[in-house]
Parts: sequence; structure tokens; C-alpha cells
Amino acid sequence: MTPQALKKEKPAVRQPQERPQKSGKRSPSGGKPQRGSLKEKPVQELREHIVEVISDSGEGAQRCGQSMASIAARMGNGIWTVEIIPAEIQPPARSIAGGSGNRVRLASDRVTNGGDEAELVVAFNEQVLLGRIHAHELSPGCTILIENKWRDDDDAEIVAAYTRTIGELEESGYDIQEIPMERECLKYVADPKRGKNMFVLGMLCSIYSLDMQIAREQVAFIFAKKDQNIIDNNIQLLEAGFDWAEANLTFKYCIPPSPMTEPQIVVNGNVSLGLGIMASGMEVCAMYPITPATSVSHYLSEVFETVGGVVHQAEDEIAACAFAIGASYAGKCAVTITSGPGLALKQETIGLAVMAEIPLVVVDVQRGGPSTGLPTKTEQGDLLFACFGGHGDNPKVVMAVSDIEDCFYSMITARKIAETFNTVVVVLTDASLASAQQPFPRPVISEDWMAPPVDQSEISAGLVPYDWDHRTGLARRFIPGQPGGMHCLTGLAHDRKSCVAYDSDTNQDGMQHRSLKLAALQKTLKTPPVFGDSEGDLLIVSWGSTKGAVEEAVTRLQDDGHKVSSLHLRFIQPMPSGIKDVLKGFKHVMTVEGNWSDNLDHEIIDEENRRYSELAWLLRARFLVDVDCWTEVRGRPIKPGSVVRAAHQRLQRKE
Amino acid sequence: MSMPIAECALRLLEEEHPIDDYKGRVPRWCTGCGDNAILAAVQRLCRDEQLAPEKTVFVSGIGCSSRFPHYMNTYGFHGLHGRAMPVAQGIKMRRPDLHVFVVTGDGDCCSIGTAHWIHALRYNMNMTVLMHDNGIYGLTKNQASPTSPQGLKSKTTPSGTLLEPINPVSVSLGIRNASFVAQAVDWIPDMLYDIIEAAFHHKGFSFVRILQRCPEFLPGRFDEWVKDPSRMLLLNHDDGVKVRPELGKVYQNLEQHDPSDRNRAREIASTYHPMPVGVLYRNQEMPCYEDLRKPDRLYTPDVIKSVLEKEFDQFTIHPAA
Ligand SMILES: Cc1ncc(C[n+]2csc(CCOP(=O)(O)OP(=O)(O)O)c2C)c(N)n1
Ligand code: SF4
Ligand SMILES: [Mg+2]
Repeated sequence: MTPQALKKEKPAVRQPQERPQKSGKRSPSGGKPQRGSLKEKPVQELREHIVEVISDSGEGAQRCGQSMASIAARMGNGIWTVEIIPAEIQPPARSIAGGSGNRVRLASDRVTNGGDEAELVVAFNEQVLLGRIHAHELSPGCTILIENKWRDDDDAEIVAAYTRTIGELEESGYDIQEIPMERECLKYVADPKRGKNMFVLGMLCSIYSLDMQIAREQVAFIFAKKDQNIIDNNIQLLEAGFDWAEANLTFKYCIPPSPMTEPQIVVNGNVSLGLGIMASGMEVCAMYPITPATSVSHYLSEVFETVGGVVHQAEDEIAACAFAIGASYAGKCAVTITSGPGLALKQETIGLAVMAEIPLVVVDVQRGGPSTGLPTKTEQGDLLFACFGGHGDNPKVVMAVSDIEDCFYSMITARKIAETFNTVVVVLTDASLASAQQPFPRPVISEDWMAPPVDQSEISAGLVPYDWDHRTGLARRFIPGQPGGMHCLTGLAHDRKSCVAYDSDTNQDGMQHRSLKLAALQKTLKTPPVFGDSEGDLLIVSWGSTKGAVEEAVTRLQDDGHKVSSLHLRFIQPMPSGIKDVLKGFKHVMTVEGNWSDNLDHEIIDEENRRYSELAWLLRARFLVDVDCWTEVRGRPIKPGSVVRAAHQRLQRKE
Repeated sequence: MSMPIAECALRLLEEEHPIDDYKGRVPRWCTGCGDNAILAAVQRLCRDEQLAPEKTVFVSGIGCSSRFPHYMNTYGFHGLHGRAMPVAQGIKMRRPDLHVFVVTGDGDCCSIGTAHWIHALRYNMNMTVLMHDNGIYGLTKNQASPTSPQGLKSKTTPSGTLLEPINPVSVSLGIRNASFVAQAVDWIPDMLYDIIEAAFHHKGFSFVRILQRCPEFLPGRFDEWVKDPSRMLLLNHDDGVKVRPELGKVYQNLEQHDPSDRNRAREIASTYHPMPVGVLYRNQEMPCYEDLRKPDRLYTPDVIKSVLEKEFDQFTIHPAA
């Protein structure tokens, strides 16, 4: 059979009733001129590739992308996945804004971020594809595999839109491969709309030379809760997609995996947080649903009770935080999980926990703000709010997670700090980490991670509830049930006995000791390592989810001979010592962040009115160093390429 | 740990708590403030029930009434305006061994904390709630509250409030899951005691609205009832509170009210003339949230470890063999 792949003629008749026909399985179908003969299809070896699968919401592109990533990860490839999420629950079909799917960055080695523009995209219709092109997510001229059934749709407008778009894209240099996805699927299933994603998965397995046995296992795993015939059916579609691509596509890649040496966990950031919460020994999670934080609670709700924990969905964020505080006060360390709007509502209760010195872990999965902002998209806009939100002096710990593994371990660290220092620990993560997947070594569980049992021992006579240590500000906590520890905790200014006290000395004293606790914690923190040389022309400082992209950009810049390094901060408040010395080693210092900053290029912006990015404000204030910033609030993870460009601009600017 | 019986008895004797064991700081309420009577009733109850002070927690919000926990020698949590109930829920959730009381005001409960109040009724967690309803904001010095009578002149309503007050008892009875709703007044101390006692013994969320006099800002507010016992209606029932015979002599308006009769409870609640006092509604069958959410496993490192390993298994990819 000469595969007449990629021919443009439309089939004369649509054949919706077509049934599986084993012999005609590889019937040629529409497309465009081939790039080479299929017989000696060369396998091109790549270090890495970025692929996107995009469809209308509900067509399964997300599952397809996730599965592909899992298969590659199991083979030992480095992966990073980014969910492409429409803002609406049921966006209209075939709409530019309604695309749903997944980006998968595959590599031979470990991947730390979603990368730059995609190099291959599978689109279920041309509108969702346009959405990605408009968002500048696809590299110019990249390969586009698109469902071609729109070419002979009953609706003339759809046909026109499709043909016009394809024509234009071809003209702009994209490599378009039109593929009869549904028509092929119809050979195996009655409703090709469902299952098409498995066909695509099979195609991708062929394109990237993925192991089909692992792919079959993955499909069986996805449908594990379903009947065997459903599993069989989907495996059939997977194989059909694979065979079709083998027979009809002219290109094939291989990204040689590096052999895995230890077992890895593949989860997204929010599931990682959930696992970390369990591992930390926290017993209560109180929350109110808010995107993109809720999925932590979805996951926890499934498993937390099996370890004896509880997820409480409160009536609002204030109640959720107050509930967590109550649980913690009673000795059961608690976490409350939210996003920006919820963090705003929790401020007064957080202040109470700070004032009364009740341990509390608050997770803020940041999304675009202010107000309802960009509910499903990522931003790093809550840093200063987390540090300084709340009225009065509110010394609390703020830390930021940088990758999926960090989501897990940060929960353990946060619980420990909260209970050691009897204070609030805010952990910042964001929408991009929430749904991104990256394998990390399977943790070896340690009992040291977990909370000790509630202290119910007797309090000896003479001890008082706020017996502040003059050096560290620390005091032992009295927990209800402890004989002899009775006192009335209060959010009012209070003395060491927890008596309401309005006199000037007592207030000064209380503030002093609550503040000292941060200094005491700071003494235990290590200076974060510099990525690259400790001297040079430019230091990029980052926090949170941008770590991977920044370090990748710095590597590229260094490879090009630039004297650029980076510094990533995990603890923002307090900030470890030694940072000023690091900053001083560089001619220029610039933060890269996903929040707002004014651009000096604007005609009315200058040094005196410029609003800096959040970390830049902090660094400037603390270290009296001229810290510049480059930021972006496009609702998506910052790309390494953008950081490279920003660094070049900074290096070129005189002064 | 075993202990010789004699020593055990000695211990028990030793641990007999006199009322002073429950007295905390000296109350700072105004003379004649109804809060004093409520405090006295509660301290008596703790003594009579011999509650272990270390196992008892009073949670409050902010207001004159919310100073209450400072005046008890138990654990106390004097938190934020309006937020006592969710704090109390968090405390109770995993500490069923603790006796939890909530003290709140009409502003605290029926204004800033309304959402929590409604939902607390719904959660039906086992705790006793004393809502000190003086019909005014006391601590902040004389602003109208949601329960202020229509026309009340206050600092924020110099020409009188325009709206009808809300009726906290009727509102509570509107929640399907409400399991104990009562009304008490500070000027009939025995009845107040008996109602709080019934509330304490009810397993579930016991909501007691207590009409509380604020001589500082609303002198005479409840005079029409205080001075004329015939304008009071005492609810009597074996399943609620039995009106003491000596009270019956003064308060002759009694009604046999079966607290399981929600419809009648609603009718009774809807009027202030006469002013009903007693247990309006009680449903012992209503499940408590903390019981519904009770784990079937203890939270121990071993359990956590085994579950975590299972979860990890599900997400683990292994090096190729
Ligand atoms: C968030 C917040 N808003 C307002 C206040 C001020 N404030 C304190 S107590 C109170 C009202 C108290 O009235 P109520 O709850 O009826 O208690 P009472 O003093 O009458 O016992 C107000 C408005 C506060 N403490 N916190
Ligand atoms: S102001 Fe009113 S409520 Fe407050 S203490 Fe005085 S009398 Fe009592
Ligand atoms: Mg009041």
C-alpha cells in the first residue's frame, strides 16, 4: 500500500456510519504533500520538544496531554506539563477563548518549567488553535496537526472559517498536517468525539517514539474504574492512532530518556501540597472553594479521612480561617488553603493568630488579581500582601514554593515553623504550579515530619501563658486540657498572663517579643545558593514558580558568554542573612516576577514614580541596593526566552 | 494506671470544685448589667456539673458580653468580633473531650457574625451558645443593633431606627438542622439557670437567646416585662424546662409546650407579648457535624505512613527493570 498520506481532496461522501474494517484500517486520507517517503521515515533525535494538545472543553485534550506526559515520564524522560484552561466551565464550542488542553515539555533530562513556544501542536479545531497563536504560545512555522473534518462540515460558515484559517496559516509558514481524526475513529467507535483523544495519544506515541506497552498500561490505568470493553476500546483507538501516524506521517522524533535511577512521583503541585499536608501531621484542613486552590481540597477530601484527618468546607474564608485557628488552639495543627480573594478575607483572623500566637499554616495558591481578576490564571501578585497584609504590626512567616517537589516539603517545614514559633506561616504557590506536573524522587517518609501528640501534661504553678524569652520571643503554648494552664487567650493587647492590658509598656513589650520570633527564625536560615558565579554583570533574583524558567534562562545566557547569575528566595519573610553580600557582587540586580511593575520606557514613568515589582520593593527597602525588575502579568508562566530577552535589555541599558 | 481506692476517693474529694474555682477576673461590667446574672448562672452550672476547668473552653467574640471568658477560670478564647462560632467549631471538631461554650452579643451574632450563626445552627456541633441580647451595641457605646426595637434612638440613629428588628429565635427556628432553641431573660435567674442547664445537657448546638439589660445605654428597655410578670409566658415541659413551683406563683402565665413541636415553637417565638421564656425547640435526633465527620481511624504516625505509602504507590513511576 502506498500511503497517499496528506492528500487534500475531500472524500466524495461523508461516511458517518462507517464501521471498523480491519483491512481498510490504513486507508489513505486527506492531507498535504508529503515531506518524504514514509518507507525510510527518518527518526530525528531531539534533546527536547514542546507539544500542545488543544481542543474544545470536554473533548479530552487535557487527558491526552497528561497521559502522554506520564508515558514519557515512565520511560525516564524529563517532563513538565502546563494545563491550558478556559475561564468558563462550558465555553462555546469552536471558540478562540475556549481552548482546553495541555502543554507537555519533553526532554532527555530534568525539566524545570514549561519552556518557550510550542514546536508541535495537535488541535481539534482551528478556533482553539487560533487562541494559542494569538497568545503567542506557538513558535512560528511549527508543526500543526489538525482535525480536518471541518473542511466538509454541513455548516458553510464553519467550512469557510476552517479553510480560510488553514490557508492563512500555511501562508504564514506553519507546517499544517490535516488529519481525518474522527473519520479514522469512526472505524472503531460509534461516537468519535469521545475517544478521539486516545487516537491522538496514539499518534503522539508514534511521533515521539514512545513505548506502546507503557501507553497501553496508561490507558488501562485511566479507565481502571470502567468496564474491560471500554478499556479495550480505548486501547484500540490508541493503537489506531499509532498505526495511522506510522503509516501516514513523514516525520518521527525520538527524545532519548536518561535512565531513571530511583522511583519518582508524578503529581501536580496541588496534589503534592495535599500529600505534604498529610506527611506534616496536620490534622485539619479548613477551606472555602476558590480556584485555583480548591483542587488541593478535592484531593485531600478523598484521602485525608483515611489517615484520620478532616477537610472542612466552611461557609466562607473567614470561617475557614477561624475554624483552623480553633483547631490549632486546641492542639490540632491546621491549615487553611485559599487564593488571593480568600487571603484578603482572612486577614483579620490571621492577625488574631499572630497576636495570640496560635500556630497556623495558610496556603495561598495565587491567581491573577486584583478583585476576581484572572481566576484560572497564574500570577505572583500576593507577595507584599502576604507579608504586610493585616492591620497593625503582623509579623508572620512567608515562604514561597518553587516547584512540585517543594510543594510537598514546604508543608512539612511550614507546620514545624508554625508550631515551633507559635505563629502564622503563609506559603505562596500559584496557579501554574497548581496544575503543572513534574516528577520528583519518591519521598522516604519520616516520623520526624509529623506533629507530636497534643500536649496534655500539667502546667506547673507559676508558669504563665506568654512567658516570652527575652532573646527569642518564644513562649510555651498552653493547650486546653492541660491542668493548671487555664487562661483567657485574647486578641487584645495582653501581658504575659494573657490579661488584657492597654498600658504603654505592655503593648511595647508584646510587640517586641512577637517581632523577635522572626529574627530568631532568621538566625536559623541559610543563605540561598547563587546559581552561577557569585560575581558578574547581572544577578536575577526570583521567588516562587519562576525558579525553573529563570535558571534555564541564566544557563542559556552563561552559555552565550554572559556574566549572569541568579538567586532564588524560598524564605521571603524573614529573609536569610547574606543576601546583601550576594547582591553586591553584581553590577546590576534585577528581579523577574509575575506581578505588575511600571516600565521605564513609558513616557511618564521615571525613577520617582515607578511602581516596582513586589520583591524589588522588598530588596530595595531592606538592602539599599538599586534593584531593577522585569515582570509580566499575562496570566501564564514566564518563559525562559522572555527572561533571556529581559536580561539582554538590562545588560544593554547604560547606567 | 491503677490507684488504690482510698487514694482515688481522696483525689475525688480533693478535686471537688467549689464555685470559686470557676471565677476568673473581677467582672468589669456596669452595675446592674444583665451580663452579671448570666455569669453567675454559668459559674453555678459549672460547679453543679463539676466541669473540669481545664476541659472547659469559653469562646467569645468582641463586645461587652464577649468579655465573659476573662471572668471564668477555665480556658477562654476572646477572639474577633463575630467569629466566635467558627473558632468554637474548630476547637470542638477534634476535641470532643472539651466542653465548649460560646458567648456572643446581638451585634456579634446577629450582625457581623450572621453567616456563622446560621451555619453553626446547621452544623449542629455540640456546644452551648449564650447570646446576650441587649438590643444595642454596648462596647462601642450606643449604636443600634439588628435587634434594637424599631424607633430606638441611638448614636447612629438620632431620629430612631427605621427598620423592624430581627427575631433571633424565629431566625434560628427557620434552620432545618437547628436542634435546640431557647429564650431566657436575665431577670428570672432560676429560669435562666434551668434553661442554660438544659442547653448544656442537650447534645448538639444549643442556642440560648438571653434578653439582657443594659442599664448604661438602654435603661428601661425591658421594663414592661420586668415589672409586669403577667406579660411573661413561661414554657413548661418535661422535655424542656420544668418551671419551678415557686416561680409559678409569680409568673402565672404558663404554657405546656412540647419542644418537639416546631410549628408551635415558631408561633410562640413570633410574639413578644407575652414574652416567651423557656425551651422552644429541641430535637435530640439531629446528628452533630463532628460525629458525622468523626474519623474511623486515629491520627497516628503509623496510619499516616501506611496511607501515604499507598498514595505514593499510586503516583510512582519506577525505573525500567
Ligand atoms: C471587625 C470589627 N468591626 C467593628 C468592631 C467594633 N465593635 C466592637 S464590639 C461591637 C458591637 C458590640 O455589640 P454586641 O455584639 O451587641 O455586644 P455588647 O457590647 O452589646 O455586649 C463593635 C461594632 C470590631 N471590634 N471589629
Ligand atoms: S454598657 Fe451595657 S452591656 Fe455593656 S457592661 Fe454596661 S450595662 Fe452591660
Ligand atoms: Mg449588644
